Amino acid sequence: MIALVLRDLRRAYASGGATLIVAFFLLVAILFPFAVGPDQKLLARIGGGVIWAAALLAALLPVERLVAPDLDSGTLDQLALRGFSATTVAAAKIAAHWLAFAPPLMAATIAAAGLLDLPGEALLTVEIGLALGTPGLAALAVATGALVAGLRGAGAIAGLVMLPLAIPLLIFGAGAIEGGAGGLKLLAATSLLLVAGAPFIAGAAIRAGTE
Amino acid sequence: MSARLAFDGVACARRGRTLFEGLSSTLEAGEALLVTGPNGVGKSSLIRVAAGLLPPAAGIVRHEGARALLAEAVALDGERSVAAALGFWARLDDRPAPEARVAAALDALDLVALADVPVRLLSTGQRRRVGFARVLASEAPIWLLDEPANGLDAAAVARLEALVADHRARGGIALVATHQPLALADAWEIRL
Repeated sequence: MIALVLRDLRRAYASGGATLIVAFFLLVAILFPFAVGPDQKLLARIGGGVIWAAALLAALLPVERLVAPDLDSGTLDQLALRGFSATTVAAAKIAAHWLAFAPPLMAATIAAAGLLDLPGEALLTVEIGLALGTPGLAALAVATGALVAGLRGAGAIAGLVMLPLAIPLLIFGAGAIEGGAGGLKLLAATSLLLVAGAPFIAGAAIRAGTE
Repeated sequence: MSARLAFDGVACARRGRTLFEGLSSTLEAGEALLVTGPNGVGKSSLIRVAAGLLPPAAGIVRHEGARALLAEAVALDGERSVAAALGFWARLDDRPAPEARVAAALDALDLVALADVPVRLLSTGQRRRVGFARVLASEAPIWLLDEPANGLDAAAVARLEALVADHRARGGIALVATHQPLALADAWEIRL
């Protein structure tokens, strides 16, 4: 299991995936001040929501590379032959995806908060929210990646599958900035539900894909 | 090693089309089964059924001993060196001394010179040999080989035949699907 996590993590960094995610996240965060204008008060008010939307899009970015390459290369077959259940493989992929994108993203959030003129306490709430919510995003991304692996136009379909399911995370994540602890608890509950359910959904999708 | 692979009334269907049915055969230690037939007749599906990756439409497959699979997809990370890519799999096998097993397999397949070369730079035949090196390194008693001679030159085919013979002499089992002639001494043969 640890060997699987390390392999996926190494692949994520080796293919430039993690750097790409951070660059994409910062670009989206930079885009908003250009779109809504340099009104400091407005930016500070919507900043937390912008960071959450950017984090969601950044988590979606590598979705095609999470499961499909291993399906094509026969890696999933060889793992199944060695007695790894598809659920275990999916859980390892979720852990690796989270480790690959969440820590760099949370570091980049400090820079994004500067760009959006987000006040200090709001930044702290956003960071706590991201720490709670990103495991849910990672779980959702791996489940989506497993569901669309092997389909044509997988990237577009992945967006259609994943974005609606991520709305609760977005609502509670952005809501926590004003709602405080109550919002964070709901965010953590949603994230936990996704992390607990996704390995089984992704595992079933992987099994269906390898047959 | 004590190994056994038994098919009992196995049928295989893909997308609602029956590929073969009523396949019964038992392989004891040291035996080999050669599966031949034209393209698309279900040779690869039979290998996947034997590996437990594809549930049979009917019948049952029993096995004693670990299985190793050589399939069309090579399952090696392209950016890693041959030795590192094989090492990843060797460490996942339930056997001691992964480095020594990989080194021995590389030696047996004349791949030592390629040990530090990234997998993505290998030719088709070299890739095939590295895939076979994983089977060898796993030390599994049951070998499931899907078109093992594809892309191999004459010398490599001869080495493959010698390694399979050696494996059987030590009590191993080989199930080989091929459309090319392979010299396996007194192997059972099924034509699908």
